[in-house]
Amino acid sequence: MATTINGAAAPAIETPRSPRRRPGGPKARTNFELYAWLFMRISGVLLLFLVLGHLFIMNILDGGVQRIGFGFVAGRWASPFWRTWDLLMLVLAELHGTNGLRTVINDYAERAQTRFWLKMLLYVSAGLVITLGSLVIFTFDPNIS
Amino acid sequence: MTVTDDLSTTAPAASGPTATAGRTVTLKIRRFDPEVSAKPLWKSYTVPFDPSDRLLDALHYVKWNLDGSLSFRRSCAHGVCGSDAMRINGSNRLACKVLVKDLGPEISIEPIKGLPVEKDLIVDMEPFFDAFRAVKPYLIAEGHEPTRERLQSAADRERFDDTTKCIMCAACTTSCPVFWNDGEYFGPAAMVAAHRFIFDSRDAGADERLEILNEREGVWRCRTTFNCSNACPRGIQVTKAIQEVKRALIFRRF
Repeated sequence: MATTINGAAAPAIETPRSPRRRPGGPKARTNFELYAWLFMRISGVLLLFLVLGHLFIMNILDGGVQRIGFGFVAGRWASPFWRTWDLLMLVLAELHGTNGLRTVINDYAERAQTRFWLKMLLYVSAGLVITLGSLVIFTFDPNIS
Repeated sequence: MTVTDDLSTTAPAASGPTATAGRTVTLKIRRFDPEVSAKPLWKSYTVPFDPSDRLLDALHYVKWNLDGSLSFRRSCAHGVCGSDAMRINGSNRLACKVLVKDLGPEISIEPIKGLPVEKDLIVDMEPFFDAFRAVKPYLIAEGHEPTRERLQSAADRERFDDTTKCIMCAACTTSCPVFWNDGEYFGPAAMVAAHRFIFDSRDAGADERLEILNEREGVWRCRTTFNCSNACPRGIQVTKAIQEVKRALIFRRF
């Protein structure tokens, strides 16, 4: 159905796409999109402090990046405060990024199949990063040899 | 008064509203006729104009003097009926509300984007109206029918004044990049229509409409690109209206 345009100045998106479909009976209504929207705002504000704080401590505060080593990490993670900080940063940043990319995929992927597989890839990779990251934070052993 | 591309017409006898003008402008129009070609093509027309001519006058000149096969919608020709929204130099405008002299020496004219093109500048508005109908754009009242009109304070009327101005020209919805890619998105015009009733003190259907706009393809897909506010020929703050619906949804919840 979609015709292609050639040689025209403006890139054109042709005769659409999936039209509004309202199949029999209303879809189950959830507040997922509302919570996702709200999460983006709240996590964004929190990450502002978490990430800037992290960057400041790691790169600027006494000696900056030169002093970071196994001992430095082990020292920090002896305190539950820094473990919580890092865990929070990991989870919030990963979910914030995942939701952002989900939006981008929804906006740009036109075919249902493409959308589905791109999102699957996204969710699997997000799951891996969060799992691996939390594993390290929770099971870190300062006496490892 | 020459026609380029394979349309060679002899210059017609000068007639029409703009025939006496000294200046000319080139209209580059995206033509589409499924009976002629499956692909749209651009055709250029050179048209004389007066400083007071609107783009609609120039289109009339083409249709009446150069090429009668050009199709476009227009009705009142004074920015009230909302029939002649089109993509002019890349922005959605009403052809009857822009002056030719403000548009440069070559003006590109396309149908509004994201709706199926039927012929030339005429698109199928049905998907647009579907979204409009879906938000129940009519008064939903409760309680006893009053014996006189439903009164409202000036302040209550002011609350939704901006969104009453909509003329349903579809300039906003078809300027929205989310709508271009996702035909299921309600689009700004439907949200303006919903806003007009959600914030009306006489209306009792706000919850119903908020639920509808809370859907996956509802207000949360808005990217606040402000294309809609820029496109609106009535100056409605469309993006603001959408954000007010979002806010109403959030404060209803928390």
